[in-house]
Amino acid sequence: MGVLPWVWWYGLRRHAAYPLGSLAESLTNTAFGFVRAYVLLALWHARPALGGYDAADAVTFCFLTQALIGPVQIFGGMDLTERIRNGDVAIDLHRPVGLQGWWLAEDLGRATGSLLLRAGPPLAAGALLFPFHWPGPAGLAAFAAAVALGALVSFALRYLVALGMFWLHDDRGLNAVTLVMSLFFSGMILPLVVFPRRLGDIALLLPWAAQLQVPADVFLGHRTGAGLLGALAFQAGWAAVLLAAGWLLTRAARRKLVIHGG
Amino acid sequence: MPAIEDGPMIEARDVVKSFTVRGRAGGRRRARTTLRAVDGVSFTVGRGEFVGYLGPNGAGKSTTIKMLTGILTATSGGLRVCGLDPSRRRTALARRIGVVFGQRTTLWWDLPLRDSLTLVRRLYRVDAAAHRARLAELTALLELEPFLHTPVRQLSLGQRMRGDLAAALLHDPELLVLDEPTIGLDVVSKTTVRDFLERINRERGTTILLTTHDLGDIERLCRRVMIIDRGRLAYDGGLDELRRTVDADRTLVVELAAPAPPIALGEITAERVEGARQWLRIPREENAAALVAALAERHEIRDIALREAGIEEVLAGLYRGDHAYWCSGRPVAP
Repeated sequence: MGVLPWVWWYGLRRHAAYPLGSLAESLTNTAFGFVRAYVLLALWHARPALGGYDAADAVTFCFLTQALIGPVQIFGGMDLTERIRNGDVAIDLHRPVGLQGWWLAEDLGRATGSLLLRAGPPLAAGALLFPFHWPGPAGLAAFAAAVALGALVSFALRYLVALGMFWLHDDRGLNAVTLVMSLFFSGMILPLVVFPRRLGDIALLLPWAAQLQVPADVFLGHRTGAGLLGALAFQAGWAAVLLAAGWLLTRAARRKLVIHGG
Repeated sequence: MPAIEDGPMIEARDVVKSFTVRGRAGGRRRARTTLRAVDGVSFTVGRGEFVGYLGPNGAGKSTTIKMLTGILTATSGGLRVCGLDPSRRRTALARRIGVVFGQRTTLWWDLPLRDSLTLVRRLYRVDAAAHRARLAELTALLELEPFLHTPVRQLSLGQRMRGDLAAALLHDPELLVLDEPTIGLDVVSKTTVRDFLERINRERGTTILLTTHDLGDIERLCRRVMIIDRGRLAYDGGLDELRRTVDADRTLVVELAAPAPPIALGEITAERVEGARQWLRIPREENAAALVAALAERHEIRDIALREAGIEEVLAGLYRGDHAYWCSGRPVAP
């Protein structure tokens, strides 16, 4: 067995090392879930069946996406950015393992840890206090696959942004732009199904949809049969394209590398 | 391959690394400047050597190390480490060398030290029994046992550095490259690290290339030093030879029987006077014995001492670009 499964395991343990911090974050996400849920309930009260969802779908969507904030790191960022800025990336580049593979394994470990430690409270709150749609066992299995692919797409997007640090000296501008895109086009602010037709169609084709909207639709049972396979293929396609871009950008970065800080 | 095993550990031939820096050239125009961080450096390090690689900040030491490890690619010139081209065979080379960047860590911050060391086994595919034996040996030598199960974030700097050294050596590399390994360490930790490095070089024959600003490291450990300045190799030779041959002034400390006005002997005058004690700088070409005799004739002397320039003063002179320090040493021809 190679080193990457171990890196995944260490990533999981590393991000599970602070359980109180995880609990605090999870409770915050739950509290914001209530705010979002009441806004969505008001909207669906005025426009029932908006975008093909009923009120229970909307509330489920809300708490589900709150639960996935950590696993898909919807607010962006990864430790690699800071390591490129301060030159610690020299350590990463010295290892006899590819940079992208190492960070992918670590990030998937982080995502798993986050799912285990932080997803429970928002889902429990939603299920206990609001009308909530649970999928059957097959739906849950499909949802697990969709979340894994969503985490892959999330990593690939954030990895590309992090590598930008090899060319830029400050990542704040790039982060601000990608944060807005991520929140708006993933479904975090509003489900993409309620977007006006043309904008909604475009949003559903963008990679950010693979992070939250697609897993949520799978959870809600809106993607079944061929539709489900199409949804998973959509996520896998974006993951492949973005990871390939990450691979190319890693090669380019290695070629014109300047290690900051001596 | 025996040919490679018998060859030098490091062979650098006319290595250049230049960076392009963009800046404003007045108004909206942007100018591109090419900086040569390493400018035609050539040297060879044989197996089992312990070499100090010195130079002021920004001289090109870390850039050289990053080229040696394959992290950076040389702009031109030939470079071979363990018989391999570092940038083309980076992965294969990484399995044969160990690197410690003193200001950075390979250890997992939030996990116990033991876990980071276990991951090294997976990373370098070390056989389980060999890993166990090596870990036990390094644990004893570096005195890791008391904090092996402590998260790295709770370790002191000295403990962390010992952990990093263990991580760099667990796969039994032929070459150990150290970039300022004793930076920020207290006296006891420095001694532990130095004893350890001396021992693995002597007993295991591990070749060591050491970059440091700590002259104690150099004096204690390095039989050979290479000095790089503004990207060029300025000196390559023995430490004693450097000390002997650089044209550094000496200082004569004279304690007179009673306080007196500053001494003046021809062109030599006291630089500092404290009560009955006076300090005179003696140029290398002056005969100290004759000077002492002349002094004894004119003054009643209670005590006298001649101080050679320390390695610190020699290097400070070199780093300042004071080429009067050079005479018949072995500065490398440009």
